Parts: sequence; structure tokens; C-alpha cells
Amino acid sequence: MRGFDLIVIGGGLVGGAVAFGAARLGARVALLDEGDVAFRAARGNFGLVWIQSKGAGMPPYAHWSRQSAALWAGLSDALSEVTGVAPALRQNGGFAFCLSDDEFARQAERVQRMHNESGGIGTRMLDRAELRAMLPQVGDEVVGAAFCPIDGHANPLLLLRGLQAGLLAKGGEYLPGRHVDAIDYDGGFTVQCGAERFTCAKVVIAAGLGSRDLAPMVGLEMPVTPLKGQILVTERVRPFLDYATHVVRQTDEGSVMMGDSQEDVGFDIRTTTPVLKDIAARNIKVFPLLREANVVRTWGALRVMTPDGCPIYEESVSHPGAFSATCHSGVTLAGAHAMALAPAILGAGLPPAMKAFEAARFKSGKINVPSF
Amino acid sequence: MFRRFDAASVAFTFEGMPVMAAAGETVAAALLAAGVRSVRTTAVSGSARAPWCMMGVCFDCLVEIDGVANRQGCMVVVSPGMVVRRQVGAKDLG
Repeated sequence: MRGFDLIVIGGGLVGGAVAFGAARLGARVALLDEGDVAFRAARGNFGLVWIQSKGAGMPPYAHWSRQSAALWAGLSDALSEVTGVAPALRQNGGFAFCLSDDEFARQAERVQRMHNESGGIGTRMLDRAELRAMLPQVGDEVVGAAFCPIDGHANPLLLLRGLQAGLLAKGGEYLPGRHVDAIDYDGGFTVQCGAERFTCAKVVIAAGLGSRDLAPMVGLEMPVTPLKGQILVTERVRPFLDYATHVVRQTDEGSVMMGDSQEDVGFDIRTTTPVLKDIAARNIKVFPLLREANVVRTWGALRVMTPDGCPIYEESVSHPGAFSATCHSGVTLAGAHAMALAPAILGAGLPPAMKAFEAARFKSGKINVPSF
Repeated sequence: MFRRFDAASVAFTFEGMPVMAAAGETVAAALLAAGVRSVRTTAVSGSARAPWCMMGVCFDCLVEIDGVANRQGCMVVVSPGMVVRRQVGAKDLG
């Protein structure tokens, strides 16, 4: 039976970031990854570091996202230094396009409301002329956009690979093919995977959609459900888009990714032509030159959604040392997870400001509508 | 390296040079038969590539055909007068 300071259950972006962040501080860490039977949001991710719309109606989430945006460059540098795998972070701002005057008015209202609730981060509305000056390729149907200077994007697969490689480089263990059957508690934790047992002082449940069943083993609740997104990827083309946007981004190697569909259809990751067609049509309105691009891949993946779309972080009252960590923005929040959450879990526990993320909020009767 | 069984009767150009192909041959096959060793450079590192799978999956035979970038040479049959150019790096959406 092997022992660790910390076991993280869930080998995706949330678990990987917490595990790397802890190993970086010298903890003995094991990362348990279920295997390819898991739904693996981390492998279908769009790759945005997206701050501007996060936490409308929930300022702690807005502040946490902003903190992550500020910590991301440090995470990127740490991964590059430790592993040589740079996650292709580009954080020079992001656009949310408006295709009608109505959409423009709603966006402007949201930007103002978030400014009032959580303070300013420089998000501003751009009319058609201002937008054209920054993005000459946008189509005539684009009325304007919200631009947030701290938004960005990264390569989510390189991030995942870097986090796992970084964990190994810092002496941690990545243990794939481990389905957790039980977690016993006697002041410390014993995690049971088939015939194997691992012990640890602290444990983090960060298993995405698998968290719902694991959390009650340590007195926590993680009522997450799937929300499908579909993505189209084009052939590599010459650089034309140097910024993140909420619907389309060009990767560092030239591929164009298009996405942002949302379907509440259970555990179904199939792609469907009508949804892909809608995504393509909307993006051709935004960037008419995409008409000339050939699509080379499509896929569907499941976001991990809480009832209000905001993350859950909590330490168990009945099983102190057991933590929950889940969100639908594993890329955006990777900076905070590695550089702020992991140290807190290893140290004195979650700071008081993070009480807002406890799952008890879902029982209060008033649940905010999910925001992206 | 490659020997053609049928007579070459279809004339087209590659990078402005005249090339002869047999009727029904693909652009990629005709270029290989003509001794062309590299038809494109890659989008990221710019290194040279030649047709490889010859069945439409590897995308290493990309060429510009009659002004259209990123065509798969192995999936297009040569026609008389076709103007074929090297695909240099990533396609430009213009």
C-alpha cells in the first residue's frame, strides 16, 4: 500500500492543474485517471481563457476567473521551464461578437452590470468601425463586439500534456486506468481501486462528470450534469485572427476552431449535422473568408455543468482533508487551480472568500442561470 | 523510380514546367512519375513533403490546382491544360 501527501482523483485539466500545483510545492502527489471510458472534457475542449462573461450575478466567480487570468502566464512559464511543453498561451484580449442591435444592447447591459457588480477589467463595447479597425476581416453582419483585454486562448491538449509531464517531473505519479471504488476515512484516507489501495493525508475529487458518484464517499456533494458542445476544425490556414473570440479561434499552428453550441442531451457525444451547420453558418457571418476553409475534423464533448454554471470548491466537514473541485472552464481556471487552489489545499485549507463556491448554495432556493 | 504502363497523352504544367500524364492518372501519381520529389512545404515548420498514402487520408500531396489551394493531388484526376503549383505553407484565405 503506497502513501502520498495528496491524491487527486481525476486526470483532466482540473485534477491535472491541482496535482501539478501541489507537486511543484514539493508534496508527494498521485493523480488517478479513470481511463478512456471516462467522458474526458479535457480532450474535447475549445481552449479559451475566457474571463469577460464569467461570474455575472456571482462576483466571487468573476474575481476567481480574473485571478486565474493573472496567474496563467506564471503557469505557462512554469510548465515550459519544468517540461519544455509550452501550452501556446496567447492572452491579448477576446471578442464577443454581436450580430444584431439587440445582441449589442444585451452585451452592453451585461458588461455594465458586471462592471457594477465586480469592478472593471477594461471590457468595452466596440461599434462596427472600432471593431473593423482591430479585425479588418469581420463580416458586414457583425454590428459590434464586447472586447475584454485579459481574455485569451491556449492549446488545451498541450496544457493537459504539460500538466501531466510537469507532475512527473516534480516527482509525482500519474496512475491511469484507475477507477475509484471506495474511499475510507480514519483521519487519513485510503483510496481503493480494484485490488489496489493508496493512502493519503488529503484527497481531491476532480473527476468531472464522475465526481457526482465519488463526492458522497467523503461527505461532499457535486451535482454536475453534462452539457454537450460540438466543434469544427479547419485545415491550417495563414494567420488571420490573432485574438480569442467566444465562437472561433485560430490556433498557433493555423487551424481554425469553431464551437460554442450548447445541448442538454445527457451522456451523448455524437456530432449532428444541423448543429455543425449552425456553427459554421454563424462563423461565416462573423468571418466571411471562412467560406474558403475546408473542415477536417468535428467532434462532440461534454461540459461539466453545475446547476448555476459556477465552480464547486469545498472541504468536507465530515471528512476534513477531502476537497471537491469542479468547473466547466478547465482551461480558463487552470492558472488559479495550479497556482492558488493547490497551495490552499496543501496548506491551511480554502480561504473564507471561497465559501461562496460550496455546494450548499444549490439548496438556498435561488439559483442563478448559468453564464459562460 | 516509377514506371508508367500506359502512354502519357495528357499535358499539364507543374510550377510552369510541362508534364505529361496518362489519361485517368491523378495529379499526385503523374508528378511522382515525372520525378517530382516534393510537392509542398508544411504549414508549421516549412519542411518539404511528397505524396504518401495516395488514398486521400494523409494530406501530404497538397498542391494548388488551377488557382485553388490545398487540393489533395491524389484525389484529383489530371485534365489537359491543368495548372498545378506547389502548396507553399498554409493556405491563405485572402
